[in-house]
Amino acid sequence: MTMDYVLETKDLTREFKGFVAVNGVSLRVQAGSIHALIGPNGAGKTTFFNLLTKFLAPSSGTIYYRGTDITREGPAQTARRGLVRSFQISSIFPHMSVLENVRVALQRKRGDSFRFWRSERALAGLDRRAMELLHSVDIGEFAQAKAVDLPYGRKRALELATTLALEPDVMLLDEPTQGMGHEDVSRVTELIRKVAVNRTILMVEHNMSVVASIADRISVLQRGVIIAEGPYAEVSRNPQVVEAYMGSSAEALAGSH
Amino acid sequence: MRAATLFYLVLGAVALALPLLGVYPVFVMKLLCFALFACAFNLLLGFSGMLSFGHAAYLGSAAYVTGWLMATQGWGTLPGVLAGAVAAAGLGLVVGLLAIRRQGIYFAMITMALAQLIYFVCVQAPFTGGENGLQGVPRGEVLGLTLNGDIALYYFVLACCAGSFLFIRRVVHSPFGQVLKAIRENEPRAISLGYDVERYKLLVFVLSAALAGLAGSLKCLVLGFATLTDVQQAMSGEVILMTLLGGVGTFFGPALGAGIVITLQEYLSDRVGPWVTVILGAIFILCVLAFRRGIVGELQALQARRQARALSPGANAARDE
Ligand SMILES: Nc1ncnc2c1ncn2[C@@H]1O[C@H](COP(=O)(O)OP(=O)(O)OP(=O)(O)O)[C@@H](O)[C@H]1O
Ligand SMILES: [Mg+2]
Repeated sequence: MTMDYVLETKDLTREFKGFVAVNGVSLRVQAGSIHALIGPNGAGKTTFFNLLTKFLAPSSGTIYYRGTDITREGPAQTARRGLVRSFQISSIFPHMSVLENVRVALQRKRGDSFRFWRSERALAGLDRRAMELLHSVDIGEFAQAKAVDLPYGRKRALELATTLALEPDVMLLDEPTQGMGHEDVSRVTELIRKVAVNRTILMVEHNMSVVASIADRISVLQRGVIIAEGPYAEVSRNPQVVEAYMGSSAEALAGSH
Repeated sequence: MRAATLFYLVLGAVALALPLLGVYPVFVMKLLCFALFACAFNLLLGFSGMLSFGHAAYLGSAAYVTGWLMATQGWGTLPGVLAGAVAAAGLGLVVGLLAIRRQGIYFAMITMALAQLIYFVCVQAPFTGGENGLQGVPRGEVLGLTLNGDIALYYFVLACCAGSFLFIRRVVHSPFGQVLKAIRENEPRAISLGYDVERYKLLVFVLSAALAGLAGSLKCLVLGFATLTDVQQAMSGEVILMTLLGGVGTFFGPALGAGIVITLQEYLSDRVGPWVTVILGAIFILCVLAFRRGIVGELQALQARRQARALSPGANAARDE
């Protein structure tokens, strides 16, 4: 609960009908760092994210955000504190334009979102900022296109721009490079590095070269339990971690640096 | 967009001239009321993604409230109609509070169960006249002009319906409407952006109930009575049919659907009797199987496809008209 840690969990546990998906996880995320959460499929990474962002209630344990206990809050309330997530599957508003996607995020802070009698032309004042955000992730030229028509990599970029619109203090990214081609991966990695300035990032990532290149600290989750934590060089040598990453992933883990 | 504006201008002109063309005004007024009812329902289903199985409750109870206040309490037309809509909004608030936390089919089930409850109250309550209905509702006057003549009443009803239609368009194209759209498109994402989605859903539910209530109040004024037909489950089903037939999520579709259903009922009921229900059922099945977007929806899709072909590929702009 020191102020150095923006986000902290204590013995966080979530059961699904007797199956423990997240088991007594105590994790501390340092302010201003890029913290990676890795682990094999089904380890409980997404479940852990769902707990942190209140999309799921924990069976037991506590979550602190800047020293405040936020365990019992609602998901929207936690988001308004500045703890904003992305989803494992790209999460956009498919039939809204690319510009509108970002604008609807910008709109919230203005506090006129219940005004059903006002014209949406009132939102035009947000267009400039929305365009800035789109340009910052290199998709400014697609502003008028429907979000659903974007190629996959660009959708993830749009998702990032929408998240950035909220100016979050902490961003939780669930596999931001999943399913991307090589080129998109390096672009998104650069993007994350860029937006990590002045904020904290906790990300789930399977791609070890991405993790190796941008993460300050890594936690390894296996069957709901944290089995290792530390900087990449240290964690990648941990025999337990190597074992957890048996097969192709183990090679990736060893050979990526 | 320009084509749509032109269409509404022509439609408006025709509506204004209709009494001069010798069309029976009471029928057109009835049609307008149901068009408003369907548009109110569509605000919920089409623009917010919530399926209510009990919208008759708002139509019917507002009709009773307006009828009772005007027939027995001496209320004037405007306060009477307004009170009906407000009462429906109040009911919508209660039902909404109970239903909105549930998703999909559970939401629909709760709205249906509560609508049944409201129906039961209407059957039992002394002021509704039970099976006989509430008769002899006066039309009263507005701003000193009597509405006893069909033509005068027609213009009053037309003004209310056109105003409501514009209001719905405004709601959809407002900052609030943008959030509704986001919620309908991707609710978890909307939550993760910090929106308390339940409040937005509740507000649109209340607005939809109020407009459905307004339709009921106007209908009561037009026909001079309120009966159980308007609160029945069948009416909740009919409005779904109207909306799907015309085109859910389009502005004009539900009104067109209402027009078709009411006209069919009017002309067929004398000729084929109870078979009307069967015919409407068949249309419903055809609609679901063959043209899911409804009439207006299919036309728009056709136009969009043509535009996409004409335009260079990849450069199609977002549109929702
Ligand atoms: N709602 C749920 N009900 C029951 N079991 C669930 C639920 N959500 C997740 N689980 C289970 O919890 C375990 C952890 O799932 P989770 O999605 O958190 O894994 P993950 O680490 O994100 O995996 P991946 O790398 O494949 O995304 C899995 O075995 C999954 O089946
Ligand atoms: Mg996952």
